[in-house]
Amino acid sequence: MLSIDDLHVTYGGAVQAVRGVSMAVPDGEVVAVLGSNGAGKSTLLRAISGTLRLHRGRIDSGSIRFGATDLAGRDPAQTVRMGLVQVPEGRRIFGRLTVEENLRAGGMASRDKAAKARAQDRVYDLFPVLRERSSQRGALLSGGEQQMLAIGRALMASPKLLLLDEPSLGLAPRIIGQIGQVIAEINRQGTSVLLVEQNATMALGVAHLAYVLDVGEVSLSGEARELARTDEVQRLYLGHDGHENDGGDGAPRRRAASGRTLSRWVQ
Amino acid sequence: MTQFLSLLLNGISLGAIYALIALGFVVIFKASEVVSFTHGSLLLLGAYSIARLSEPLGFYLAVVVGVAITAFAAFLIERLIINRLRGAPVISLAIVTIGVDIILLTELIRRIGSDILNVPHPWGGGSVRIGDVGISENRLIATLVAGVLIALFFLAFKFSNWGVAMRASAEDGETAALMGIRLGRVSVLAWVIAGVLAGVAALFLVGSPTPGVSPTAYSVALRAFPAAILGGLDSTGGALVGGLLIGLAESFAAGYQDQLLFLGRGFGDVVPYIVMIAVLLFRPSGLFGTRELTRV
Repeated sequence: MLSIDDLHVTYGGAVQAVRGVSMAVPDGEVVAVLGSNGAGKSTLLRAISGTLRLHRGRIDSGSIRFGATDLAGRDPAQTVRMGLVQVPEGRRIFGRLTVEENLRAGGMASRDKAAKARAQDRVYDLFPVLRERSSQRGALLSGGEQQMLAIGRALMASPKLLLLDEPSLGLAPRIIGQIGQVIAEINRQGTSVLLVEQNATMALGVAHLAYVLDVGEVSLSGEARELARTDEVQRLYLGHDGHENDGGDGAPRRRAASGRTLSRWVQ
Repeated sequence: MTQFLSLLLNGISLGAIYALIALGFVVIFKASEVVSFTHGSLLLLGAYSIARLSEPLGFYLAVVVGVAITAFAAFLIERLIINRLRGAPVISLAIVTIGVDIILLTELIRRIGSDILNVPHPWGGGSVRIGDVGISENRLIATLVAGVLIALFFLAFKFSNWGVAMRASAEDGETAALMGIRLGRVSVLAWVIAGVLAGVAALFLVGSPTPGVSPTAYSVALRAFPAAILGGLDSTGGALVGGLLIGLAESFAAGYQDQLLFLGRGFGDVVPYIVMIAVLLFRPSGLFGTRELTRV
């Protein structure tokens, strides 16, 4: 469905943020992209959605294809109309608009009123709390509710592929679990998902395939379940000590933060 | 008392015209983050077009075409200049609009020459009496038309798709784009609406009691700037309140100028700016300017 081939992206003509990344999101699957800060995860999503220009970035070489269409040079409004919708990092809901207006803003790309009504019902079924709060301003929602609104807003465009940029950011573990379930449910309803995360536990729990980005390059990739067992992922992203904890289900042992360990994200 | 009521009514009617101009100013700022100084010359363009076209086309058709010309000029400014400078610093854009304004103004002044063009308003220069209070017919009609336009504007801003798209992109342009909202379209539509509002304001600004189209209409239009600023540059409601405040202040200062002689003659002309400075000293972002509403 989405295929990225040998993608190179630079900012301001100098900083290389993505260096030769290739990956694919098969139809109907959830694909996770893991990586620490600065690994190039958000850059990847910007390149797909067409917002690189707003950040003075550009694609130097390589291609991004959605089905048979090349996405290079498309603006975000066009990619949304093709069925790729992004939930940006940090939620970025419209705080001064009501919940309902936020959803309306998400459905702006389509003129099909019936489809929008169906999408809105789907969003309210997925997140009943949004229905209750539909006339409240977005800024007054809690962090978890804002994330749900951000996802719901993106679903209003009835995407074929949903791009999620760190939906777990800043949320309590219980809420992160809910977000994981919602992603699985959205996928079950037929939407493919590209999930960019630092929270490897949640991401590998819902994803079929996963890629690990490291300083702009893919360092590991494979089936999410397999990847979760590899030493490197255990050590760097799940905070386990891979040698002692050989795929066992025992309580994950925490490691002291050292080197590149992302112990901050361990639940 | 009669004098007070009369000044009040005239102030409101003048304020309604300022509010039309200030609304356009605010909408442009919200949609394209440009502080547009082109409004003075756009307004003069509207007035000039209506006056020149009235003879061949008749008054009403001239108004329609004149307002359309003003809107089209705003459209061209957005498409040819502002849209291509996306990402330029806000200050540069503001200076660019000053440049455009001066070019347009110079050309209009050259065309007008030393004439005072008249717009043949069918309602003429007569005045109406409401009780003891007199107001020019032109100003009365202006108040009604401005009221209707402003109400329509606020309804659209609140309920229409355009309004939602506009408010969403004003709050967070990048995210609005990610939702599929076309920022360019939102911006150009804002300019066109501002052009229409300026054109309508022009129609009434050059009628009684003001004597016809002359470059002084330009300086009258400039008073809508302090109206927009003191209301809060990003607040449409603020533009309305600011416009009314400036209109009232000007009307009272002119009406009571005998009592205000110690401040010197022509106080009415500067009072809009004094009101603006006074308001900003206490509320730097204007009366209704954004104070971020967020829960931490």
